[in-house]
Amino acid sequence: MKIVVCIKQVPATSDAKIDPETKRIVREGVKAVLNPFDTYAVEEAVQLRARFGGEVIALTMGPERAAIALKECISVGADRGVLHADRAIAGSDTWATSYVLSQAILAIGGVDLVLCGKQAIDGDTAQVGPGIAAHLGWLQATYVMKVDDATATGLRVRRMHEDGYDVCDVDFPAVLTVVKDINVPRIPTLRGRLAAEKAEIPVWKPADIGCAPELIGLDGSPTRVVRTQPPPPRSGTTTVLDGSARDSARALVAELRRRSIL
Amino acid sequence: MQIRSESDKAGFRNVWVVAEVLSGKVQPVTHELLGAARPLADARGSEVWAVVLGSGVADGAPALAAYGADAVVVVDDARLAGFTDEVEARVLCRLIDEHRPEIVLCGATTRGRALIPRVAVMARAGLTADCTELGIDPENGDLLQTRPAFGGNILATIRCSSHRPQMSTVRPRVMKAPAPDPSRRARILRADVTPSDASLLKRVVEVFHDANAAFNLADAPIIVSGGRGMKGPDGFELLKRLAARVGGAVGASRAAVDAGWIPYTHQVGQTGQTVQTQVYVACAISGQIQHLVGMQSSDLIVAIDKNPDTPMMKMADIAVVGDVFEVVPALIDEIPKL
Ligand SMILES: Cc1cc2nc3c(=O)[nH]c(=O)nc-3n(C[C@H](O)[C@H](O)[C@H](O)COP(=O)(O)OP(=O)(O)OC[C@H]3O[C@@H](n4cnc5c(N)ncnc54)[C@H](O)[C@@H]3O)c2cc1C
Ligand SMILES: Cc1cc2nc3c(=O)[nH]c(=O)nc-3n(C[C@H](O)[C@H](O)[C@H](O)COP(=O)(O)OP(=O)(O)OC[C@H]3O[C@@H](n4cnc5c(N)ncnc54)[C@H](O)[C@@H]3O)c2cc1C
Repeated sequence: MKIVVCIKQVPATSDAKIDPETKRIVREGVKAVLNPFDTYAVEEAVQLRARFGGEVIALTMGPERAAIALKECISVGADRGVLHADRAIAGSDTWATSYVLSQAILAIGGVDLVLCGKQAIDGDTAQVGPGIAAHLGWLQATYVMKVDDATATGLRVRRMHEDGYDVCDVDFPAVLTVVKDINVPRIPTLRGRLAAEKAEIPVWKPADIGCAPELIGLDGSPTRVVRTQPPPPRSGTTTVLDGSARDSARALVAELRRRSIL
Repeated sequence: MQIRSESDKAGFRNVWVVAEVLSGKVQPVTHELLGAARPLADARGSEVWAVVLGSGVADGAPALAAYGADAVVVVDDARLAGFTDEVEARVLCRLIDEHRPEIVLCGATTRGRALIPRVAVMARAGLTADCTELGIDPENGDLLQTRPAFGGNILATIRCSSHRPQMSTVRPRVMKAPAPDPSRRARILRADVTPSDASLLKRVVEVFHDANAAFNLADAPIIVSGGRGMKGPDGFELLKRLAARVGGAVGASRAAVDAGWIPYTHQVGQTGQTVQTQVYVACAISGQIQHLVGMQSSDLIVAIDKNPDTPMMKMADIAVVGDVFEVVPALIDEIPKL
């Protein structure tokens, strides 16, 4: 089974700040980590390989330093990493990002399954996974919380919904996005760390894999972020209730009534 | 599609709402979107259309008129039973190609966020995720879409000037559903699923309505949420009683979920759900940033903790200092039975 895991390097927390002068997102000095949701995708891929054999390839599109995130994947079992980095892809929205990733998946060749995280904690769109599936014309299953059954030709998976879940059969090739429920990611072993340290990460450029220049980067992106701003501040004052439990409960109920919530 | 001239642009008209119908019931987010679509259509001098895809959905379609649809496109086909997003995406793309809507809105639900990105890629359209505000730019008629990113720490305004349709998923419970007007009527248009639409099909084997998860965290007006200080599953039983008393849902911190006291579907925060409720009651949750980003845009935040100095107690509108095992039972006691 040949599995590609798409991973993204993101700021360590989503506690992003806006520079009051420039109104841009402050990215300097923020530690970069592997998107937490993607760790579940890597783990699921490694578990499937343990059962069916094959190869797990971690793929990212991002700056050169994103190679570190790929090495993180190798330390927990991915066989190799592919970094897609080029100035031409800067400013890509989810349309262009999923296009480049789909072309890279075709260039890797013979892929049965693509695994993505539910969403990236910075962009927060959850659009790249289904976008890749659309570019490739493959089946998709999103918000996957469990793989119930797997064969060499397809999977039976549970998709999480707000009102429960459903079970569906997807034949390969397919794209899955996974949620935290699906597994418990392993911790890197010493051997894994050594493998990661030694791994060479090839850097691909969009032109090498036949991406159409008009479909990548800012030119290829239908959406434009025209403004970023902090959310309106919370009103600020905190009313502290520190009497007996009974008194606090009464005061709270009175306040909720006053606000017509109860 | 990419727009190369003003006449290209003028070829796209009307605001579409992709309806979400579950077990024959139109979901509240669809009514909210019809409410949001009306001022956009008015500003553009165009109409609001609803698109209903599914199996056995035809009967409910006319009722969408009451919420503001001027026309309803109905695709009622057994092959759309279950949620087969690949097929729905192809059908929607054909309809978009044929009718050329200027704007397409869909709920930012698990289903909407699976289906619409697929459509946007196929239609070569821009898609803005999880919008909380929509408006028309008076200068050029473009849709201005505002959305939270970075877990709600940033609001971004996005436009798609050079592609049509302009597509957005919209967060449930943010827009206001209009009061239904039963006297309104809509034109009903029927469309089919073609054999080629249905050729890319996954098989939905079973659907489970999880009574426990049927709370729909994002839709609940009140969330009673518990953390590590709830000490075990019994603590969450207490919270469930409080939630039931106020017609709310139960949320949790990751510490409580990881301890196995409550399923992951209840987790609020960076790696759980982002909620924006009327009232968020945080019980024994210290309020680490990864939790705060999931709930801080709620209207009213109430915190209950024995430590008055936690980040949650500092950010709360109302901070109750005390033992949850005393305060919560007292609350249940004080709130009159509904
Ligand atoms: C404030 C802000 C708002 C934005 N809003 C929008 C918007 O509304 N619409 C839009 O089209 N674009 C938007 N963008 C651009 C978007 O964030 C980027 O295109 C980004 O590269 C991918 O989107 P995401 O972070 O939301 O990923 P998601 O779609 O949330 O990621 C889902 C999964 O896809 C995979 N994945 C995502 N990115 C990569 C990657 N670079 N390499 C490998 N795998 C990846 C991972 O498995 C990840 O878990 C926005 C950007 C900013 C800064
Ligand atoms: C990448 C990443 C992602 C994460 N994602 C999430 C996420 O999505 N959601 C999330 O919640 N966390 C997330 N976390 C974890 C987060 O950092 C915290 O560890 C977690 O939120 C702590 O949970 P808590 O507040 O319940 O526990 P604690 O921090 O232990 O707080 C317990 C609180 O209960 C109080 N208390 C104890 N007993 C009582 C009592 N009898 N009466 C009253 N008060 C009492 C204590 O004073 C304390 O304030 C994430 C962390 C990382 C690194």
